[in-house]
Amino acid sequence: MNETLTRSYPDYSAPLWRRLLLTRESAVIVLLVAVIVYSLVNVANFDGPLTMTFLLLDTMPILLIALPMTLVIVTGEIDLSVASIVGLSSVLLGVLTDAGWSVPAAGLTALVVGVFCGALNGFLVAYVGLPSLAVTIGTLALFRGIAVGLLGTKAVTDFDDKWTNLATDEIGETGIPQVVILFVVLAVLFALLLHFTSFGRGVYDVGLTAEAAHFTGVDVARTKFLLFVLCGVISALAGIYYTLRFGSARGDNATGLELQVIAAVLLGGVSIFGGRGRLHGVIAGVLLIGVIASALRLEGVTVNVTIIIIGLLLVASVVSTSVLDWVSTQTFRRKQPGKSHTSTPVGVTKEGRS
Amino acid sequence: MMFHSKRATALAALVVSAAMTLTACGSDDSGSGGGGGGGGDATTVTFLPKNLGNPYFDVTARGGEDAVKDFGGTFDQVGPQEASPDAQVQYINTAAQQGVNALVVSANDPTAICDALDQASEAGTKIVTFDSDTDPECRDVYISQATSEGIAKAQVDLIAEQIGDSGEIAVLSATANATNQNAWIKMMEADLKANHPDIKLVDTVYGDDDDQTSFDKTAALLQSHPNLKGIVSPTTVGIAAAARYLSDSKFKGKVKLTGLGFPNELREYVKNGTIDAFALWDVEALGFLAAYTAKALVDGDITGKEGDSFKAGKLGDFEVGPDATVLLGKPTVFDAKNIDEYDF
Repeated sequence: MNETLTRSYPDYSAPLWRRLLLTRESAVIVLLVAVIVYSLVNVANFDGPLTMTFLLLDTMPILLIALPMTLVIVTGEIDLSVASIVGLSSVLLGVLTDAGWSVPAAGLTALVVGVFCGALNGFLVAYVGLPSLAVTIGTLALFRGIAVGLLGTKAVTDFDDKWTNLATDEIGETGIPQVVILFVVLAVLFALLLHFTSFGRGVYDVGLTAEAAHFTGVDVARTKFLLFVLCGVISALAGIYYTLRFGSARGDNATGLELQVIAAVLLGGVSIFGGRGRLHGVIAGVLLIGVIASALRLEGVTVNVTIIIIGLLLVASVVSTSVLDWVSTQTFRRKQPGKSHTSTPVGVTKEGRS
Repeated sequence: MMFHSKRATALAALVVSAAMTLTACGSDDSGSGGGGGGGGDATTVTFLPKNLGNPYFDVTARGGEDAVKDFGGTFDQVGPQEASPDAQVQYINTAAQQGVNALVVSANDPTAICDALDQASEAGTKIVTFDSDTDPECRDVYISQATSEGIAKAQVDLIAEQIGDSGEIAVLSATANATNQNAWIKMMEADLKANHPDIKLVDTVYGDDDDQTSFDKTAALLQSHPNLKGIVSPTTVGIAAAARYLSDSKFKGKVKLTGLGFPNELREYVKNGTIDAFALWDVEALGFLAAYTAKALVDGDITGKEGDSFKAGKLGDFEVGPDATVLLGKPTVFDAKNIDEYDF
């Protein structure tokens, strides 16, 4: 690193506390805490021992799938087929255990099929170069069709209690489901992958400008392919959890879940245009939607109102980002002439917004 | 540029967020009247139908609310938008959190909602199922609208009489997983085979209890089976949609339609000759009985044991039968003569 560059940089950056606290992610976390505190005080029975257990159990599939989905959206792509992979994995688990397989063997097969589903998406997007929106709308129908076709109109419900209990058992008497451990492990792995490896930096580069990423040595196609595979396998895992949680394998399991996942990811501060977003914001986003839905249910608010509120929240969060970007661009343009602190330091590009 | 944009973004996100919280709070407050919490002495009864916006469950809720008013409790009805078990589980969980005295459920899946019901039971909530049962060990009492045999037989008898005991018929059902529709269809098949050998059941289609889907499936049935003489639709949504299609088509009066329907929805079709006769139990009484059963469980008058008996207000005395089931009675047949006597 050149002396001149390192010396000038701190003049142009905000203090550390501001960079840590005044972010979109912190805003979501603050809002989450605010809603929890408000609900604890004002919503009857929200402070009960079961609230957190149910909240975590209910949001677990969304939490799980949101991890790889964040990475996919950061690259500027999208995967709409995740809920159908959940359905397919659920059906496979049901059909195979029904045929006498053990749950681990059936689950492993479901995971492998999840890998193939993700690989199909990834291949079409990354190597054939088709738009992910179109590809995954197609596979959304394809995977769901296979799921419903395999099991027909039946439901497989006779799973061994040993396994269904595993999906809902708590850690001791804490009220925290054991499955949270699985999620925390995965969340840490994904956070390390995204924020602390060169692969992760490549993910952001691909989202900002794929071409530039290519010239800096990022294998754009391989990155995207791997992310879709991750999305597939984690969705299959969520499908196994979903099946055991409800003790029911059905072709229509988790229909529409993809929209909840994407909504939570965007609410958590990930830009739909790619290149921006962090995992802790996404996790807070998922929990925020879960807490709001849970509090409204406890208040007896009908499901339609809940959906309206979450929809508005999502629109507001997306709009706020765009409006603010526009405002800050305007401010930047006005201040630019003659103001030294807004001019770009040597060697730092204007576009280098992280 | 860098920190300006970030700070501004964060600030505005906070502002917007705060605004959204306030809006959310606003509807919280307005909705809190319905939240029948665990406090107070009045018996709290929550009805959880398969989904909201289904006219059938509006009538059972009317009956339930009447009954709860009768014995001075607090009535509430909640439910998901779509008839899926996972959505229903969240409402069962909520009822457990609220500690309601009794939950009256029509199950979207006999097994999938069991764990949630067990949890609610442990929290002290009495579980009554009606309309669609769960596995018997998951609830305290099931209110049966009529025996499955009775319902299946009523419909087979109606269609057999209307088409002259021979020819092709088809079934237009609800969702493919619907517990009781599937049971009835199985029994109708057996009854047809045993007692009506000349009637051939050629197809069973599923309208998903959706008006448009049922309408389209009716059209498809008539196209794919030109010799069809009758349609049996053991679901109120299905029969109304099929009646609407038939009454505007050249098949009106030629292809017979019967099944389970609401008098109010089918009155016009009975009068214009699309439908000769159809059947149903007294839906309002079903909700009424379910609420009184819940009350009897909460008060400890019954435990679900065979032979337990209780009084359900104006409906009189009922006894718990085998498998902790309470039977409402026999289905009623509605035709041009008696349909004006019913209003539901």
